[in-house]
Parts: sequence; structure tokens; C-alpha cells
Amino acid sequence: MTVNAQQSQSPTGTDRIEKHMVLRAPRARVWRALTIAEQFGAWFRVKLEGEFAAGETIRGRLVIPGYEHVTLEMLVERIEPEHYFSYRWHPYAVDPKADYSAEPTTLVEFRLEEQAGGTALTIIESGFDRIPLSRRAEAFRMNDQGWASQSEKLARYVEAQ
Amino acid sequence: MPVFAALADPTRLGLLRRLSADGPLSITRLSAGTGVTRQAITRHLQALGAAGLVRDLRRGRERVFDLDLKRLEVAKRYLDHISAQWDAAVDRLRAFVENT
Repeated sequence: MTVNAQQSQSPTGTDRIEKHMVLRAPRARVWRALTIAEQFGAWFRVKLEGEFAAGETIRGRLVIPGYEHVTLEMLVERIEPEHYFSYRWHPYAVDPKADYSAEPTTLVEFRLEEQAGGTALTIIESGFDRIPLSRRAEAFRMNDQGWASQSEKLARYVEAQ
Repeated sequence: MPVFAALADPTRLGLLRRLSADGPLSITRLSAGTGVTRQAITRHLQALGAAGLVRDLRRGRERVFDLDLKRLEVAKRYLDHISAQWDAAVDRLRAFVENT
């Protein structure tokens, strides 16, 4: 069972992330893992306070080593039992000194379908093109690879369009 | 202008291709043989500049245009970074639902 990543859709391919997978577990099991806050926290590694409810914000601290200072805020959009779950958040909001509240959010969507032997799950996170470029640049160090080789790759990418 | 809107026009995409192959280039050279007026090329270059895809430089007395690769590169590397984090989260989700 492989995970396929698609980064297309927008012309630049930089607006969304899509993950498709088949999990060897019943749909009800996967649904609980996604929408019961404690279970979500167990695999996502966040200690959430409260439960998911449409229209409500839920908060919690990451329990990923090196990211324990990060408080996650998720605004739940839609909950359609065993089919669809979505929320908005600030992606990679890891700087404790930064105020992300006025910045655009991305939308995270989970879609579930029953499939022979398990559950087909699609995860889509979209809206990255609206995140300020300066924020996106913070997510990685720029000095580990020369711009020259990166530029060549990009030139080939533009030519292929 | 958002990057995706800037790229949605065939003339602008053509300009990017041209700059990618032969840039930096002047407006005169960019408009030669295209059947598009200098004024229109100038407007398209302004749109590409506003989207952060193209920058203009002075070369002597001439104004030339070149790809601004940094913006697209930042956007792509950021997405790769977030994508890798989702891959790790998906592995943990799989272990969580398949083993319990």
C-alpha cells in the first residue's frame, strides 16, 4: 500500500498537497481516529483540549520532539460522519514569537470511502499560495543548497509547462 | 497578482519560456516575432513582476527582464517540506488504525 503524493491542480503546483492511501481498517475505525480529539492526538502527536465540533476552534500543544512549544489551533469546518471531516489552521506555525492570527489559513480535508479490505482515505491540504512567501521561506533553511542548481531545476519546470 | 493567475495566460507563459531559455532579454527582443505589441508585452511583464516571477534589471542603458526564480523555488520547497510531514503523519495514522 503506497502513499501517492500529488502536488498539482494549480498551474504552479504549489497550492495544495494530496495524499491517497488505503488503510487496512474498517471505515468506522478510521473515522474515530480522525475525529475523536484524543485519537487524532495520538497519531498526529498533539495534546488537544476538548472535542471537535463544527464551527468551533480546538487547541492543543504538539508533542513532537523539538516542537513542544507549538500550540495548534484548528477551526473545524464540516463533520459528515464517516465520510468527510475538514478544518482550517495555520500551516507550520512554529514560531512562538509570531502572530499568525491575521494570516490566511489552509483547509485540511479528509475523505473516507469503503473499499475491499479496508478504507480509502484522501487527505487534501489547500490554500498554500495565499500564505505569505516570507512565512513559507521560514520553513526551511535556504543555505543548504545553492540557488544555481535550484534555478536550473526550476527553469526546466517552467519549460515543461 | 497571484502566481497561478499570472501563469494562466498563454502569452505570459510564452514570455517565461523565452526568458527561461534566453533571458535576460529586453522588451524589444521579447516582442520581436510574437505579433504582440510592445505595450502589451510591457503589461504582461508588469503582471509577471507583480506575481514575483520576473524582475527587471538595467544592463547599461537598456532595461532587461529575467526570471525571478526565488519565489517559485521557495513555494515548491515549502510544499515539499509540509508534504514530508504529512507522509510521516500518515505512517503514524496507518500504524494507529491497523494495529488497534
